[in-house]
Amino acid sequence: MALAKRIIPCLDVDQGRVVKGVNFVGIRDAGDPVEVAKRYDEQGADEITFLDITATHEARGTTVKMVEAIAEHVFIPLTVGGGIREVEDIRRMLNAGADKVSINSAAVTNPEFVREASQKFGAQCIVVAIDAKRVAGSGELGDADNKWEIFTHGGRKPTGIDAVEWAIKMADYGAGEILLTSMDRDGVKTGFDLGVTRAVSDAVNIPVIASGGVGNLEHLAEGVTLGHADAVLAASIFHFGEYTVQQAKQHMSAAGIEMRLD
Amino acid sequence: MDKVISRTCAVIDYGMGNLHSAHGALQKVAPDSNILVTSDPAQILAADHVVLPGVGAIRDCMGEIQRQEIDQVVAEVAKSKPLLGICVGLQAMMTRSEENAGIDCMNLFSGQVRYFGDNLLGDELKDGTCGRLKVPHMGWNQVEQVAHPLWHDIKDQSRFYFVHSYFVSADDQSQVKGRGHYGKPFAAAMGQDNVFAVQFHPEKSHKNGLQLLQNFLSWDGQA
Repeated sequence: MALAKRIIPCLDVDQGRVVKGVNFVGIRDAGDPVEVAKRYDEQGADEITFLDITATHEARGTTVKMVEAIAEHVFIPLTVGGGIREVEDIRRMLNAGADKVSINSAAVTNPEFVREASQKFGAQCIVVAIDAKRVAGSGELGDADNKWEIFTHGGRKPTGIDAVEWAIKMADYGAGEILLTSMDRDGVKTGFDLGVTRAVSDAVNIPVIASGGVGNLEHLAEGVTLGHADAVLAASIFHFGEYTVQQAKQHMSAAGIEMRLD
Repeated sequence: MDKVISRTCAVIDYGMGNLHSAHGALQKVAPDSNILVTSDPAQILAADHVVLPGVGAIRDCMGEIQRQEIDQVVAEVAKSKPLLGICVGLQAMMTRSEENAGIDCMNLFSGQVRYFGDNLLGDELKDGTCGRLKVPHMGWNQVEQVAHPLWHDIKDQSRFYFVHSYFVSADDQSQVKGRGHYGKPFAAAMGQDNVFAVQFHPEKSHKNGLQLLQNFLSWDGQA
């Protein structure tokens, strides 16, 4: 009897529509987030994360409607990230049916926001997203010289803040979970940055989701076995029907990882 | 089991968090039932089935429960109607929680709510990773069932979605209807007569969770 490691498909949405291409066989409208979420749900996804890239604050009303529509059909945890800057943003998403929100840049601008959000809504629904880039060391697992810095604004803005120290601070401020993305690996498909994943996961007492770089199923397994992640997040390997979530779970289970298979 | 589905189910709204999911999941399994999200004692007492959800910190939950006199309504419901507690709703039904420096709860079940601990160690892990367990206990874990109508059509050891840092330690083991384990054993489900309560989130636990909710809505309250 043990807690299962989680697989979390991630979708980018703009004004309530899935973007960046999702191409499932047999899906009627690949841009419809409800359709996509239902498909992942059927495949056994343990949670689903939506990254809202809607440019303007006003247009976010469509994202709220999207979350409402998905929550009517999908009965697994839903996380919404992107543009969460105020308590009111969190309230809207939770009221729409999201279970967690992911806070990124706003946490760096104002760390007290994380504390306030956690006290108001409970740590269980506050995910702090960290975008990390390696600034020293070889990147090899176990290299003591490895250092990672956090970046904001989609990885464009350096902050000078050490990623591991930041994760510890955010856990202390009341984050319930860390979503850790390697900016070096994002979109590269060569696997997670296992060094930063392990460094952060071992440093905090809250769950860590590894993100960025998944190109095959073994990468997912390594995120857990070598990176010590509690959950793994991936986008493109699932979007194009390359692998189903169920195949990924079978693969991880075969690698000795506790998974939810039923 | 009789498939007499609840005509009216009240989800108690005392201002703590998102009840959309619980409402949606209940409506999904009982499309013809009237699922109300309400804080009105009259509506709660008139319903066939009652759900007490809860998220967040116990001090805030119990504070609101007492301020709005929900505790009296729940005590009344617990005398006769099928009542389902979810997550902090379960914890609020225990004697006392050690969260927030100690908070007295409703004492429908005798037992304590305790913190998992900052250095929670797991047993031998199948995946060979570090034996330290993270808190909150977040994700899909197995529940060892003890025979009860609410487990109807759900396989023993099925997984449900948990997210909690405090766990229920029951005084009376005969009231434990589901056993969980996360570094230490804890009560994943409690039951006595017409009251049933779970630590996990059935509304977020996919097919198994929906089945449990359906079982609840077709339950006559006889254990």
